Amino acid sequence: MTIVEIIVAILVVIGVIFNFLGVLGILRFPDVYNRLHASTKCVTLGEGGVLLGLTILGIKMYLAGASISFVIKPILIMLFLLVTGPVASHAIARAAYKSGVPLWPKSVVDQYKEYLEKEAAK
Amino acid sequence: MTILEFIFYGFLISAALVIIRVIRGPTAPDRVVAMDPFVTMMVVLLVVTSFLSARSIYLDIALVIAILGFIGTVAVSKYLEGGELKEGVE
Repeated sequence: MTIVEIIVAILVVIGVIFNFLGVLGILRFPDVYNRLHASTKCVTLGEGGVLLGLTILGIKMYLAGASISFVIKPILIMLFLLVTGPVASHAIARAAYKSGVPLWPKSVVDQYKEYLEKEAAK
Repeated sequence: MTILEFIFYGFLISAALVIIRVIRGPTAPDRVVAMDPFVTMMVVLLVVTSFLSARSIYLDIALVIAILGFIGTVAVSKYLEGGELKEGVE
């Protein structure tokens, strides 16, 4: 194994493990908001790591004579997923709260409710 | 190439597990929260497919599916919120 393949393998293993832990969180957490936490953090980092490793592999393929698409498009997809993941999860969290999905009964703090009460009192 | 097959089967197992939450999820936001990682996992699977078959056409499809998944999530969240999709237009 060359040094490039070792770097790619480390990034890919970190990414796949993070992705699997995020999916496990989506399955096991008790609440929409907790599941959102697991999905956003772990799945975004997991896919970012895997796509970064594939980009390095694409650079190696480009130096061996393949198309330049294998370098540009994976890193473009990675940047797009890193930018849009938090935006989409923010939107769906606010939509879930405003459409009345209840919090987990053991939740200790609800700062959005305090904020809404402060806005209403103004 | 064994690295690519490792990614392929790891993401396939994760995608199969996340479908359980899509089916069981008690409310609509649960299903959307589970469907968003599913779409991004399909994007990564398409990128891996393009590297396995050495054809760059799958990368274009992956880019389009990433954009469509984001637009779908935002559209469903705006619908659940009860807002208008064309804000500012009277």
